[in-house]
Amino acid sequence: MSLFNFARKKQPKSAQTAKNRLQILLAHERSGGGASETDYLPMLQRDIVAAIRKHVSIGDKDVEVRMERGDEMSSLEINIELPLTGAHKDK
Amino acid sequence: MTTEPKNTPPLGRVIVITSGKGGVGKTTSSAAISAGLAKQGFKTVVIDFDVGLRNLDMTMGCERRVVFDFINVIQGDAKLKQALIKDKRVDTLSILPTSQTRDKDALTKDGVEKVLAELKTEFDYIICDSPAGIEHGAQMAMYFADEAVVVTNPEVSSVRDSDRVLGLLSSQTKRAETEGAEPIKAQVLITRYDSTRVENGEMMTVEDVLEILAVPLLGVVPESKAVLRASNVGTPVVLDGPSAAAQAYEDAVSRLIGTSVEMRILGERRAGLFKRLFGRAS
Repeated sequence: MSLFNFARKKQPKSAQTAKNRLQILLAHERSGGGASETDYLPMLQRDIVAAIRKHVSIGDKDVEVRMERGDEMSSLEINIELPLTGAHKDK
Repeated sequence: MTTEPKNTPPLGRVIVITSGKGGVGKTTSSAAISAGLAKQGFKTVVIDFDVGLRNLDMTMGCERRVVFDFINVIQGDAKLKQALIKDKRVDTLSILPTSQTRDKDALTKDGVEKVLAELKTEFDYIICDSPAGIEHGAQMAMYFADEAVVVTNPEVSSVRDSDRVLGLLSSQTKRAETEGAEPIKAQVLITRYDSTRVENGEMMTVEDVLEILAVPLLGVVPESKAVLRASNVGTPVVLDGPSAAAQAYEDAVSRLIGTSVEMRILGERRAGLFKRLFGRAS
């Protein structure tokens, strides 16, 4: 008990940062964001590549997926590097 | 100040950070050593081998940016380049996080070998953060290593487990199994060292630990408040402002790359005295 009081009284800044980071991360992980998320991303990427390939020829490495998880919302950023010559695939 | 010329081919050196026992500071050390190497201008990647219990991402502060992981790459679901997370503080540093959903069996020897081979073409140092224990994950982390850093606390169970791990390094690794290959260069990194308790005879000395383990010493990291602080904020301790622990890791990193640095044992309480004696050189 006394330990809790002590911790609460003078909680240094870095401890608060630690708590916030954990709360954001665990909120995602507990909501299934952790498990299902990592599983759908490879499939999502495959689908995106397939869709783009209908029009432009791109390699598997030309797609970059970036994620930034926030407490309110997360953002998914997808960068696709288009080749200079691949734009007009139709013969 | 970057020291290395950029046009040299990458060194491609694989270093495992291991210990046997859990909680001795493997991930803290992996983060600090990889950041320290990167700070010196070496292209460095740190890989989390603890499949199922991802933690390196939090220590490095990139937990919100994980998209693909080591296992996705091994299983062909993502390209290596897509799984590597570039550190935002040091541009020569990358992190390869592990999977939280798969089990450790996803870590195949062939898969690990392939990923390491690809990393070797680009990076000078590949730091493998081993899980605790001596099971599959730990074996995979050490199997392809050129060098090993065995993290040890001056405490009986930790030293005993380190001895076990040193035995495995000299028998259950690729270098051990390859005839004529130079054995893994193993060094001990003593962490959570408390000079006051050592002086009072309450803790084994560096010499005691080395006498038992009989391997060279890479460095001594003092018990330091800076370590918890750094982990709280998700920053490797060497990037989180000056501290005795950061200095000790910087020294260890210098020794790792072959610079001879005098062995000094720093302490939180002694830092003031030390600084007064030697000036603020860094």
